[in-house]
Amino acid sequence: MSFYAHLIARTPKFDFVGKRIPAFVLTAALIIGTFVSIATRGFNFGIDFAGGILVEVQSIDGPANIANMRDVLGNLGLGEVSLQQFGESGRDVMVRVQKQDGDEKVQMAALAKVKDTLGNGYEYRRVEIVGPKVGDELKRDGVLAVILAVLAIAAYVWFRFEWQFGAGALIATFHDVVLTFGFFSITGMEFNLTSVAAILTIAGYSINDTVVIYDRVRENLRKYKTLSLYDLLNLAVNETLARTFLTVATVFVTVLALLLLGGDVLHGFAAAMLWGLVVGTFSSMYVAIPVLIYFKIRVGKDREEDETASQAMP
Amino acid sequence: MLQFPKWKIVMVLLVALCGAIWSAPNLLPRETTDRMPSWWQPVSLGLDLQGGSYLLLEVDTGYVKREHLSNLVEAFRTTLRKEKVKYADLGINGQNGVKVRIADETERERVRPELRKLDPEAQFDVSSDGLLTLTYGEPAMAKRINQAVEQSIGIVRRRVDELGTREPSIQRQGTDRIIVQLPGVKNPEHIKSLLGKTAKLTFHMVDDTASPEDAARGRIPPGSMLLPSVEKERGLPSQYVVRKRVEVGGDMLTDSQPTFQDGRPVVSFRFSVAGGKRFAETTAANAGKMLAIVLDDKVISAPRINEPILGGSGIISGSFSAQDAQDLSLLLRAGALPAPLQVLEERTVGPDLGADSIRAGAIASGVGLLLVVVFMVFIYGTLGALANVALVLNLIILLALMSVLGATLTLPGIAGIVLTMGMAVDANVLIYERMREEQRAGRSLISTVQVAFERAFGTILDANLTTLAAAALLFQFGSGPVRGFAVTLSLGLLSSMFTAIMVTRLMVATWIRLRRPKTLPL
Repeated sequence: MSFYAHLIARTPKFDFVGKRIPAFVLTAALIIGTFVSIATRGFNFGIDFAGGILVEVQSIDGPANIANMRDVLGNLGLGEVSLQQFGESGRDVMVRVQKQDGDEKVQMAALAKVKDTLGNGYEYRRVEIVGPKVGDELKRDGVLAVILAVLAIAAYVWFRFEWQFGAGALIATFHDVVLTFGFFSITGMEFNLTSVAAILTIAGYSINDTVVIYDRVRENLRKYKTLSLYDLLNLAVNETLARTFLTVATVFVTVLALLLLGGDVLHGFAAAMLWGLVVGTFSSMYVAIPVLIYFKIRVGKDREEDETASQAMP
Repeated sequence: MLQFPKWKIVMVLLVALCGAIWSAPNLLPRETTDRMPSWWQPVSLGLDLQGGSYLLLEVDTGYVKREHLSNLVEAFRTTLRKEKVKYADLGINGQNGVKVRIADETERERVRPELRKLDPEAQFDVSSDGLLTLTYGEPAMAKRINQAVEQSIGIVRRRVDELGTREPSIQRQGTDRIIVQLPGVKNPEHIKSLLGKTAKLTFHMVDDTASPEDAARGRIPPGSMLLPSVEKERGLPSQYVVRKRVEVGGDMLTDSQPTFQDGRPVVSFRFSVAGGKRFAETTAANAGKMLAIVLDDKVISAPRINEPILGGSGIISGSFSAQDAQDLSLLLRAGALPAPLQVLEERTVGPDLGADSIRAGAIASGVGLLLVVVFMVFIYGTLGALANVALVLNLIILLALMSVLGATLTLPGIAGIVLTMGMAVDANVLIYERMREEQRAGRSLISTVQVAFERAFGTILDANLTTLAAAALLFQFGSGPVRGFAVTLSLGLLSSMFTAIMVTRLMVATWIRLRRPKTLPL
């Protein structure tokens, strides 16, 4: 017998459904908090969405003189210019210039100005410039992708299960997506195209989790004709709990490897994924499953009976 | 359960073999793979990993429309003058048409078929008060814009090719966009400046009946126009009054080269036969007058015609640097763009940063894989080791699929691979957990394995298909590197379903047959 078998020798008996009211309250509070944060703090949009210029330079000899760089670039009249030194050697500097008023030509001219001003002492490791037109389009496409993904997921679940499961999946996925938006808004982490990828991956991962438990609910509905819905839902979550734990653990270690070793471009993605892992797992067990108790998913028995049955339990 | 049909075993082995063959080039050094056939290449790296420049260009479709309509206005004017018809209000009408008023009805009816002939595609209307209008429908205009975009792509490709860039990729995106990808280009400023020029070259006669000073005060003779000069030298005019009529256009050039004349950089050119004839006629008829060489509405120079130029070739001199002369001849060789291009988006990654990203990605993948492998053995022992074999095979198949399909590996794509490892073992976890449950329920060993694989299959299918739906949307709406992520995630999920279900099953069955355990060590 392996180590793990000793650890989980029996199916656990946690009462997930019974904790649904505190879970819903927590969920609602987090979602409201997210909306408040989005309304007041907004997002720290990267240049993908906000437009503007991003230049990553590496000073050719010795650490970069960031004070001097700030001075000369600040006096170009390009509006807000932010500089950020990073890396161990102190040679790397990230320069961000806000979107310039006017069309694409103006943006290009601003980039040329920055390059001229910095001169030959720097190696250009990365240059990104997004004009206002593309920024708006990327924003629109990102929003569209997220909305369609949530709907497509719900539609698939509806098609494979019943409408009640589809509705549950919709609520759970909505929860995950909103809270991940909240994560970006509250932490002030840069929100860019990779963030949209992170949100969609979280939605996909979380629904994966939810579907596994739903699958077990469906199986148990056929298997235990007399069990109350309340107990049946709890049983499904408990039966799949070992799998949930293991899968979360494997994905967690790989995402952790990405976070710590994947470099700064993937840093934001990995951080969001870790958060999504927690949120997604929570929503599968405490949102997607307990909401089913409010829908009539069992023929012959209804909610009231289940509630009575649950109250009868010690 | 333990007996597998032969064809299934053969198929699994065949897939594994193909995976090994097609993923192998990824382990070889670049110099070796460059000499390999095209069907046996490593996965192609995105610009964010190999370094290079991505430019998104937009064709000015408004310009295409305006240009077309104003050409039509000029054609109207020429026809009406030739027919000696009195007209008024000639000009562009709204967004898609041209209008002219001809008061006299008999004149109007006489000239109508002639005007109609100028563009039979357009809709032709006459109102009761004598206003003739020619209007284009959306499809007719869209066709013209489409032609202009296609033509622009050709010109962009020629200009980029002339610069000798390694394996550039030029593709159309949507109705009026062009994506230019230039691997290995560190500083695209020069290419951007070349693509930003329309490079429309025309030869006009200088109008010597009016001085530029008069013209600047608004007294421009009809049929002439005031153009600025690019000359930076002192003592030369900053503006010229030139005839609107184009004597010869740059489209009649066949070649152009940078060269030197009296130690100064100049650009030589050669006309086609028809162009040479036109040029000879013009220079013969206008000896002693000045001929303006106009590039993108700026006069490069306006030399005096000393004698007819009959050889069909000539030289453009101006205040050029050697680089200017080289660029101008390149632009003339490649041809003029039908409309100006604008750079909407640029993303350039230096080769160092790309190499750093590859290293970071490789380390993260390696460590991620190691952690998952250790974790699975720790939890499931022997069965975990079998799952690890399936996982490694999954990665090999994924890499082979990407290489064969020509998919591009980007940095987010590497994240997709790392994530796939975490999610791929999920299928194994589902199967093993199911086995544990069935075994605990008192099933026999064979029946446990059988039922576990059968029941887990449906779950794995549903769970992965929903994730695939999200990945498909990411591919549809994502751009560049993010698309790479969607591709690796999708391919990884597909190959993980194969390895987890088929391969693991085969391995578990073989293991049971060889070892004959009484119970599963779960």
